[in-house]
Amino acid sequence: MSVLRITNNNFEEEVLKAEGPVIIDFYADWCGPCKMMSPIIDSIAEEINNAKVGKINVDEAQDLAAMYNVMSIPTIIIFKDGKPYKKFVGVTSKENILNELN
Amino acid sequence: MYDVTIIGAGPAGISASLYTKRANLNTLVLYNDKSGLEKAEKIENYYGFENGIDGESLYNTGISQTKKLGVEIKKEEVLKIEIAENGFEVTTTKNTYTSKTVIIATGNKKNMPKIKGIKEFEGKGVSYCAICDGFFYRGKDVAVLGNGNYAISETNDLINLAKQITILTNGKEVPSIRAENVKVIPKEIREVRGEERVEEIEFEDNSKLKIDGIFIAEGTAGTKEFAKKLGILTNGDKIIINEKMETNIPGIYACGDCTGGLLQISKAVYEGATAGLEVIKYLKNKRRKEK
Repeated sequence: MSVLRITNNNFEEEVLKAEGPVIIDFYADWCGPCKMMSPIIDSIAEEINNAKVGKINVDEAQDLAAMYNVMSIPTIIIFKDGKPYKKFVGVTSKENILNELN
Repeated sequence: MYDVTIIGAGPAGISASLYTKRANLNTLVLYNDKSGLEKAEKIENYYGFENGIDGESLYNTGISQTKKLGVEIKKEEVLKIEIAENGFEVTTTKNTYTSKTVIIATGNKKNMPKIKGIKEFEGKGVSYCAICDGFFYRGKDVAVLGNGNYAISETNDLINLAKQITILTNGKEVPSIRAENVKVIPKEIREVRGEERVEEIEFEDNSKLKIDGIFIAEGTAGTKEFAKKLGILTNGDKIIINEKMETNIPGIYACGDCTGGLLQISKAVYEGATAGLEVIKYLKNKRRKEK
């Protein structure tokens, strides 16, 4: 699967109403460590089919970042049934993320 | 531009430099703080010293050995490492150096202040990286914990973003910094408090300061700070490496105590040697590809 671009417009549809877990990477283009997270997120999206994977640009969706108390990027939140289930602050490994899905 | 910049002059960093310099790489070693090795009173389990040796002597001998070989070695505090075109930029209190590769050999000294609430609010108002997280504090009141060059550097990264910055020295000496929106409170801190996120600092004299966030910058920047800012994968405070001492960022290697495991000279020397040899291979391959 490819990585979805999540915005204010499709957040409800793609994340809150999703069936199954959704992995969201909160990032910004100016953020150095986010660039290290990005290939990890891409590779997760390629590898799995039991969860959606998306990215939220915090510059464009500041209210979504605020709603989920994202105060440091990258932050990864895994949503289950529309609710945040697990949060990783800072660059984290593929294994750490995948472990939370099982 | 240097071929390799090594941060740290303990057994890992120096060993790496011996290999890269012998392979004719333009090598720079930067160090500042006391190495963990210097504190060892007597080492009796390291190969070749039948009567043991004190840590300080071994440490100083390592530095003089690499100097003798012609390695450029400078005592300068590293403030930040950044990704730049064709490599990295390493900024110290005195200079900015560009380098094709970086070896982090910064030991396992921890800057984690023992103040109640800091661990609890990590990522909820407690930050270790002004340049990464300053964005979330635009127009807000923040604190910077620390009083050294690194705290000043973090403060400078926040000056144009935050409304008010308060440097908290936690009882230590007041640094000299002048900016319209920066003040200093030298009082000792009791606790960082809040509900969902950081809301206030309580001092030992019972006074309080309302803040939206606090940036931790005590002492000098070390393993944890460099890793956070670059996006290097860590396990706790230890840098994750593979058998080639590579981190998840191509061109950045780590060795010695900062990668965890046995905190022994023998392990640091092995990892330093490996990192040095791998940097040589990496640059050779890179040159070949560029041709």
